[in-house]
Amino acid sequence: MPRGHHDLGGTPAGPIDRTEHQLDDWEILADAVNQALGAKGIRRTDELRRAREQMDSGLYRALSYYERWIASLETILIEKKILTKEEIDRKVTALEAKWGEP
Amino acid sequence: MGRAMSLAVGKYKAGDRVRVRTDDRPGHVRTPYYVRGKNGWVERVYGEFLNPESLGHGGDGLPQRPLYLVGFHQNEVWGEYRPLGRDKLFVDIFEHWLDPA
Repeated sequence: MPRGHHDLGGTPAGPIDRTEHQLDDWEILADAVNQALGAKGIRRTDELRRAREQMDSGLYRALSYYERWIASLETILIEKKILTKEEIDRKVTALEAKWGEP
Repeated sequence: MGRAMSLAVGKYKAGDRVRVRTDDRPGHVRTPYYVRGKNGWVERVYGEFLNPESLGHGGDGLPQRPLYLVGFHQNEVWGEYRPLGRDKLFVDIFEHWLDPA
């Protein structure tokens, strides 16, 4: 089985960045949404892991940690027909019109 | 659940020699790539837990599967690595990823 893009243990890696960093507001919100969906029994941790593992490898590497969280939550919400891709895209477009692109 | 050193579940007990399977298994699995095909031993029997390979794809996780803490010598896993002292690696592995060794 080919090694997944998430399963990197033992592969060559560069130096570890040990500098402290603060979470942005949207990252904290991503965690809150994730926990709320868990508490309501809508998503399980293993489902989110699976969604991250099956996403396009180039995209996975390009996204930051919480961007991967959001992408996997979106996948699960669409799979379970709680939201549609169109609804999410429409909301993003509306928010960008109001606040500007991130 | 979990804390006892040895429970009467599953086919292995603490001290048994095991080898991690090298299955070509699609979908979500919890067995890291770097221990596949490696030899180790059962350090602890945790008990039975919902199967993440089912949970990851929207399933109910049943039947529950025995889960073990499996120990490895570092140089078994990393090849050229020269461990200091008796440095070991421990990984949680479900029974269906283990064969007797």
